[in-house]
Amino acid sequence: MIGIKSWGIYIPTYRLSRKEIARAMGGAHLGGEKAVANFDEDSITMGAEAVRNTIDGIDASEIDALFFAATTAPYREKQSASTVALAADLEEDVFFSDFSGSIRAGVIALSLAMDRVQSGSSENVIVTASDCRMGTGGSEVEQTFGDGAAAFLVGKEDVIAEFIGQYSISDDFIDVWRTSEDKFVRSWEDRFIKTQGYSKNMARVIKGLLDKYHLAPSDFQKIVIPAPDPGSLKGLSKTLGLDMKTQVQEPLLNTVGDTGTAHPLLMLAASIEEASPGDKILFAAYGDGAQAFVISVTDRVKKGPRKIVKDCLDSGMPLASYVQYLKFKNLIPTEAARRPTYPSSVPYMWRERNYFTRFHGSKCFSCGAEQYPRQRICYVCKSKDNFQEIKLAPKKGKVITYTKDYLFPSPVPPHMQAVVELEGGCRVYMMMTDVNPDEVKNHMPVEMVFRMLHDRSDFYHYGWKCRPAR
Amino acid sequence: MAAGNIKDKVSIVGMGCTKFGENWEMSADDMIIEAAYEAVEDAGIELKDIQAAWVGVTSSGASGTSLANPLKLDGIPITRVENYCASGQEAIRNAAFSVACGMYDIVLALGYEKLKDSGLRGLPLTSMTDPVIGLGGTPPGLFGGPWVTFFEQYGVTKETLAKIAVKNHYNGSMNPKAHFQKAVSLEQVMKAPIIAWPLGLYDCCPTTDGAAAAILVSRRIARDFRDDYINIKGVSVIVDSLHPGYRPSHDYSSWPATVLAAKDAYRQVGMTEPRKELDLIELHDCFTMTELVTYCDLGLCKQEEVKDCVDSGVFELKGEIPVNASGGLKSFGHPVGASGIRMVYDLYKQMQGKVGGERQVKDAELGLAHNLGGAPQVSSVIIVGMD
Repeated sequence: MIGIKSWGIYIPTYRLSRKEIARAMGGAHLGGEKAVANFDEDSITMGAEAVRNTIDGIDASEIDALFFAATTAPYREKQSASTVALAADLEEDVFFSDFSGSIRAGVIALSLAMDRVQSGSSENVIVTASDCRMGTGGSEVEQTFGDGAAAFLVGKEDVIAEFIGQYSISDDFIDVWRTSEDKFVRSWEDRFIKTQGYSKNMARVIKGLLDKYHLAPSDFQKIVIPAPDPGSLKGLSKTLGLDMKTQVQEPLLNTVGDTGTAHPLLMLAASIEEASPGDKILFAAYGDGAQAFVISVTDRVKKGPRKIVKDCLDSGMPLASYVQYLKFKNLIPTEAARRPTYPSSVPYMWRERNYFTRFHGSKCFSCGAEQYPRQRICYVCKSKDNFQEIKLAPKKGKVITYTKDYLFPSPVPPHMQAVVELEGGCRVYMMMTDVNPDEVKNHMPVEMVFRMLHDRSDFYHYGWKCRPAR
Repeated sequence: MAAGNIKDKVSIVGMGCTKFGENWEMSADDMIIEAAYEAVEDAGIELKDIQAAWVGVTSSGASGTSLANPLKLDGIPITRVENYCASGQEAIRNAAFSVACGMYDIVLALGYEKLKDSGLRGLPLTSMTDPVIGLGGTPPGLFGGPWVTFFEQYGVTKETLAKIAVKNHYNGSMNPKAHFQKAVSLEQVMKAPIIAWPLGLYDCCPTTDGAAAAILVSRRIARDFRDDYINIKGVSVIVDSLHPGYRPSHDYSSWPATVLAAKDAYRQVGMTEPRKELDLIELHDCFTMTELVTYCDLGLCKQEEVKDCVDSGVFELKGEIPVNASGGLKSFGHPVGASGIRMVYDLYKQMQGKVGGERQVKDAELGLAHNLGGAPQVSSVIIVGMD
């Protein structure tokens, strides 16, 4: 039985109301809000957080492959999956690959993960899809696109949802694209792309799937179909004879927005989370053709993870203004801070990867003191080379002291900096993020999050920050 | 901890200090020359009499050549020392050791910094070699760290800090070499924009250019130069082995390096009650919070008493023990490498009775200078006194 063993999602904390976008840019607003990645987030950090959520409570050494899908990977040349694997603290012998080029890349990765498990070349494959696509100012997609990530652990045993079958079609269709030079998504005229691209391909693939497995729409309790807009979903449902009220999964467009590569997985997670044992799910995704799956929910769904989609949706914070959104997306040229730049060094980042990227610390075998950064001589008892490498990322912490700093450059001053004590006593001097400066209190609980620290020397330095515990 | 003692082995017979401030029209070399010539003229010697030199500078220069080149000091040993904000005192300390051991009789210690040419706001960060560790920190953020402990446990408020700024600005308003020569009101300090909470603009020292110099000689020949020389009574530098933000169990009620440096210096002097025995103090008020913590760390009062001490004016010019009669880093400015020597310059002029006016501390015979640098991890203390 091949299927989903666990899932996790990541929705960034900040939400921008579409009304605010329309207020700033003019035109009509489409209602609702969209999730917006913080200035220190990108598809790597969101993908890593989704993986961390997925494998929470699971022995990471059991995972032997990681697939990362995004159309907005920060590097054109350099894998993202390798960074995500380090951030999630997976073993060094994990097989990994990036998937890109289409918003269906996440679903393609998911189907290849099933194949990999089926073939026996991997036992447990984690697939994460993550995107933060941008539309030009004033465009419809500027309002509809949201940022987020989702991940699934695919394996053979103890599955929560089983993959019964799949069907896929190809269509070299230019509807939405970015050339290698484009920052913003381009698209052809919407009537053409919606009727001839999305609707036709999705109808064809779903009909093909039903024919292939001799099933009818009424055999499914849940139907998970991502759509670029609510109208397209409504039209497709009508064509296929689906019941919008009872069967079709709410598309999260008004709360999160269209998260591109992540979106099919995000909706699938939301649907499994609400499913009952024995439910059949029809899951389809669009992009350069389309792909559809039959998924059957097992008894284990009752033991599944917490209601993570709902929790993420509930923990959003409003983004103050459209200008702040532009700053998050680095779309306003800003005055360079009159502060010294930080050094950066590839060999340094590589050498310290276990400490900077995996966020390991040192625990003294002699006196038990937990310390960061890595030490060779214990700060407390001075014993030498007598340390155990410990994982700090899963630990909860509390604020010991903090400051609201207007001197340290930040797109949204004040920069919040804290001394954090982690469970076990390790102290870390770190940046805070996803935080309302006025909510910070001494002793407040915080959690560790993987973020982009800076991009000096034109490459990305990833590492760890803290944020108020959610 | 050291068992040795430098007490009364080395004397200071000449000192110099430039005007501190935004010295746009002076280069580092210009300031070095101004400070050095004032010091040698004050000592009644010439530059050629100097047998060895130490120069303290953090970011504006490197090596002994930074001194040799402008001063044309040919053929003598010159060493650049750097220990964050203690760099100036390090120059004096190492120069003093060289004289105390009998290697040289007449040496120069000079500190300088030319910060305003950098185009940067404030001082650089403390860890300049690491792309991740310490990231997000700024000097006011780091030095303000103890605020939580002092506000929560010891009744200190933002107003307590503001009173320190008011005191130091007032003292500096009467000092012709100070960067800022302007008194400020409590209200001004309280209403100033926040730099790093709880520190506002007036809680932070400025970014300053300046240089200061001292001529150190063997005590045995000090009287050959002048009658009102001062003696080095104790010197200490202590360095902590971990950035405080990463230090397990650090409680932010103290900067331990200062406590240990003071203890070491007091031992050399044989001092047990610094608040009674010292006549005046120049301490490292890079931020008002630092001055507050340092009152406790130097043993002038306990943490529980510090708010009352500030409120009752213990450290004001007319108080029990004047602290930063010069105006301190807050008002005099903080050209990093120069500051430690500038402090000793102020103690020297006070003891010689040359300050004059309201700022003159009467009958000052024993004074202490203190620096604190890094994240912070480095502290230095020098105690000087008349015979």
